[in-house]
Amino acid sequence: MDTQSTERTLSFYQTPSPPGMKGIWAWLLTRDHKRLALMYLWAVIFWVSIALLIGLSLRIELMWPGGTIMKAETYNAMFTLHGVIMIFLFVIPAIPAVFGNFFLPIQIGADDVFFPRLNLFSWYLFMFGGVFAIISLFSGKGFPDTGWTFYVPFSVNTNTNVSLTVTAAFILGMSSMLTGLNFITTVHRLRAKKMSWMQIPLFTWSLYSTAWVQLLATPVISITFILVMLERFLQIGLFDPSKGGDPLLYQHLFWMYSHPAVYIMVLPGMGVVSEIIPIFSRKSIFGYKAIVYSSLAIAIAGSLVWAHHMFTSGISDVSIFVFSLLTYLVAIPSAVKVFSWISTMYKGSIQMTPPLLLALIFIYLFSVGGLTGLLLGAAGTNIYVHDTQFVVAHFHFTMFGGTGFAFFAALHFWWPKMFGVMYNMKRAYIASILTAIGFIFHFIPMMILGLMGMPRRSFDYLPQYATGNFLAGFGGFIIIAGVGLMFTNLFLSFREKKAAPDDPWGGTTLEWMIPSPPPLHNFTGIPDVKEYPYDFRSVGKTPNSTTTGEADGRTN
Amino acid sequence: MGAQIDKIGIRTGMWLFLYSEIILFGGMFVLYAAYFHEYPKNFAESGKELNRIIGSVNTVILLLSSFTVAASITAIQRRAKKLAISLLTFSILCGATFLTIKYFEWGEHIRQGVYPNSQVLQNGPPGNNIFFGLYYVITGLHGLHVIIGMTLLSISLVFVLTGRVNENHFSMLENAGLYWHLVDMIWIFVFPLFYLVL
Repeated sequence: MDTQSTERTLSFYQTPSPPGMKGIWAWLLTRDHKRLALMYLWAVIFWVSIALLIGLSLRIELMWPGGTIMKAETYNAMFTLHGVIMIFLFVIPAIPAVFGNFFLPIQIGADDVFFPRLNLFSWYLFMFGGVFAIISLFSGKGFPDTGWTFYVPFSVNTNTNVSLTVTAAFILGMSSMLTGLNFITTVHRLRAKKMSWMQIPLFTWSLYSTAWVQLLATPVISITFILVMLERFLQIGLFDPSKGGDPLLYQHLFWMYSHPAVYIMVLPGMGVVSEIIPIFSRKSIFGYKAIVYSSLAIAIAGSLVWAHHMFTSGISDVSIFVFSLLTYLVAIPSAVKVFSWISTMYKGSIQMTPPLLLALIFIYLFSVGGLTGLLLGAAGTNIYVHDTQFVVAHFHFTMFGGTGFAFFAALHFWWPKMFGVMYNMKRAYIASILTAIGFIFHFIPMMILGLMGMPRRSFDYLPQYATGNFLAGFGGFIIIAGVGLMFTNLFLSFREKKAAPDDPWGGTTLEWMIPSPPPLHNFTGIPDVKEYPYDFRSVGKTPNSTTTGEADGRTN
Repeated sequence: MGAQIDKIGIRTGMWLFLYSEIILFGGMFVLYAAYFHEYPKNFAESGKELNRIIGSVNTVILLLSSFTVAASITAIQRRAKKLAISLLTFSILCGATFLTIKYFEWGEHIRQGVYPNSQVLQNGPPGNNIFFGLYYVITGLHGLHVIIGMTLLSISLVFVLTGRVNENHFSMLENAGLYWHLVDMIWIFVFPLFYLVL
């Protein structure tokens, strides 16, 4: 039943490219959102692999007290590199640029994004940004040792290659902003005629909210980075107290972008989970509107909480009070989502698959991240744990446990659609569980170390922290093994060539109504927009259902 | 893409982009606000050192060019190609005049030893240093936008000459015009903040 439509239409891989765009140029000059998404995918997988290995090397260094495999200066450059790559080249672009590009147009029944050429341009900006980061690594006085925050005055005074790295981040920011601009216009102008705002799939909704934050916040980091460069070249002194400047203003500007940015990072992940949970519960999503509005609420409230990164920097008590309160408010829409997902599963016909397992891991780890975030958002406890390993563990629970696992879930969820091949389920389960166990082993000790008082970003530590650091390093190896197995399994699916049906999971959104992989223009006819995107009445609840390719998916 | 060109969509994209440009300058205005709060006296006395007449002339030039750009778009819609070309050329020349005046203005300050990290500013009150630091950064960034705007207008001019921009397809010219209005609008904020501080 999966071949019916594929026989009639060629996939976008097979459609011959126009003249002058043969071979590699068919990819490098393409304006097809699907090809661009895949090019983003390979780049993102490359960067995340590198950054994971750098992270592992940091933890190996910390497994034993004193210097083991690197010098202190190298350690500083390495954690900066880990942060810069993970933030700007993986977590921010991963889900919007890869899965957003691929599935946003399909989910709303469009044949491409609104500005396809701009989309290609964004990809080039992304690649140039990456190249700049590599150049800054091997030229001048080496990679910055400032941490990814580039706080003044150190970022202005240090001899390392801050200017080049900041330029790289500037370019990457521009790429992310233009992608956001493209998505907003696409959702507004190219939605299928029949699709009203409350019929848009939740993944697209989350990308739409994210796109607004990208557009709103990114220019602030652009101007901040421009100022860092100008300060380095001209020594104007806008942030230098001896010349009348105020370093706190740098932190304000930086976090005005970088805090909303954490919602750029996590909202698309929440969108992925909102797609996965109803499909494998065979039940309409609980609180569709609540999830939509909570995405918007997170986008708005998340833009107003930046100064909670600065509670110990010397801002006034009134600011601390206001920002602490606002921070607590963000927890409400986040919790609305978690409760909606759980309520969706309640009394549903749950079918366990790797994407669902990864989505469940997301919910668990993200909840821990969110709850520890409240501990940091409270002004009193914040002063106690500020700048400790606890903070590091907290944001890894949200960034890696949250966005990272959502990315893995999205990979396993949409892999059959993107490539038309199904991966080995058993290996996928093992890899997911291994990564999750490694994750817990890695970050729980760090959390305890932080509560014991171990500072972050330090190369060496007191003897009482030795056990925790050793365990964390041990967990790091398990993570690498898990992620390695996961990627290997996915890549092996190309060799095993087990064809995937059009709708392996029994999905109801538009991307499951078209062949796997999709044809060049996505739809062969006018897309049939359902009245409600999560209506599973037509999809059978049992494996024997005859309606879709669901049975094939389940027996894998 | 479909054969029909969605003009509203193109304009939406442009407006979103302009919005991001405003936020870019917004970051600078936040700095201005914070420092003005800290050094109101220094800001007022430094503002007097800037030449209000030159500033006003530049404001008039930009406003005039904004008008001519808008008029050129109307002209192209009414098929008055020649008029559109001369209006566009006039706008680009206005931009060039603005930059030339700005160049001499900056040059005069630099000749007097007022430039980032100069001895005069180092030894003077810190508020003056911040004022002129912001002055150079903001007007410099604005000048860069003037150059970008002129480039966009020049490209549109070429397209008008070759006929790629005509009474049916004028989105390029319209968007270049929008960008030019943005450049103008930012100057409307920059001018009082630096030249008319009380």
